[in-house]
Amino acid sequence: MLIDKSQLKIFVLRLADDALVIAHRLSEWCSHGPSLEEDLALTNVALDYMGRARMFYGYAAEIAGDGSTEDTYAYDRDCRDFTNLLIHELPRGDFAFTMARQYLVDEFNLAYMELLQQSKDPTLAAIATKANKEGLYHLRRSRKWLLRLGDGTAESHNRLQQAMEDIWGYTTELFEMDELEQAIVEAGIGVNAIHLHPQWKQRVTATLTEATITVPSSDWAVTGGRKGIHTEALGHILSDMQFLQRAYPGQQW
Amino acid sequence: MVNLMSTPSSKISLLSVENYDRLKRRQESNHKAVWNLLDAVKDPEIPPLSIWDLGVLQDITQQQAVITVTITPTYSGCPAMQVIAEDITTVLQRAGYSNFRIATRLSPAWTTDWLSESARNRLRQYGVTPPQEEDAIFCPQCSSTEVRLISEFGSTACKALYQCKTCQEPFDYFKRI
Repeated sequence: MLIDKSQLKIFVLRLADDALVIAHRLSEWCSHGPSLEEDLALTNVALDYMGRARMFYGYAAEIAGDGSTEDTYAYDRDCRDFTNLLIHELPRGDFAFTMARQYLVDEFNLAYMELLQQSKDPTLAAIATKANKEGLYHLRRSRKWLLRLGDGTAESHNRLQQAMEDIWGYTTELFEMDELEQAIVEAGIGVNAIHLHPQWKQRVTATLTEATITVPSSDWAVTGGRKGIHTEALGHILSDMQFLQRAYPGQQW
Repeated sequence: MVNLMSTPSSKISLLSVENYDRLKRRQESNHKAVWNLLDAVKDPEIPPLSIWDLGVLQDITQQQAVITVTITPTYSGCPAMQVIAEDITTVLQRAGYSNFRIATRLSPAWTTDWLSESARNRLRQYGVTPPQEEDAIFCPQCSSTEVRLISEFGSTACKALYQCKTCQEPFDYFKRI
């Protein structure tokens, strides 16, 4: 089955938005990390995601072929045009929240990028190969932090448990597929996220159990990111990130 | 994997096919002068290594009058890539080249396996432990393998922070990727 260019562009922008928004959230820790080492680690992971976002946006611009650049997508679109999964935009919260989100996303991304390496689209396969190598280090770090926080002091344990409870309902969306993504999968280009769920759940459960954290119940879910329906948080990110380009369009460093 | 006799010692080193191809592109290139010029472009974060040593410099080709310098990024978001592109421009312009462009190639994905033996030695002399098997990571000061990981990420994405349990010195480890 073949897909047209506009479908491919929409798909690539989804991956780009995911990466940009989580990069922004991680970068907010710059100079606020709990220790110098963690400050460096958080911002280095942010840089990896920012690089990933730039590669995806650059590819979307190439597909569009209408003079758009990576900056057009990052700076000139409004909330409803962003199609990132909501989990990425949630405010950074405390360190436990940031690491809880990061761990859940790292487990998902690593499995996703591993499969995307097989994409029939050579550019997506190449980006996925880089993302996969980096993702191994991301996951190793976030998993260790989960064990340390969960099995640490009563305070760190409680904060991590609370973070998991607050985030859990946003993980449902990671494994949703719409018609467009189905078509992309059938064309041999994308990844069927639904198939990733059993392994993700198993791995996450194992880590949380080892961290003495109770796996939250799945009795609520918030979705809508892929349709451009966001939480309040995304607007605040954009007002921060886009201000300069909105006020002074085309401004460069 | 391809076997190649490395010149200084008689040791047979194992090269990945990708790195063998890269060496071959340089050896068979009609633009040897440009390759040699670009040996002057160093990693801004790790000055003992050139972009050739790192495996960032992939190819130099010419189409009509335009010379294309192809580089591959190390880490996706490595800020050094921007500086490297600027440094390439400066070196070429100083040598009188004006008609060139810099292209980025993502595949094959960059790997530390492309670092040569000599590059690894220079890294170590600089005080950074070169990429190793996990259990062989050693202290660049005293060579002890009694080390502990402090952080998966050091001053740059490509390095992790370690401490030597023998001499107590902290050190950077160039991660294997």
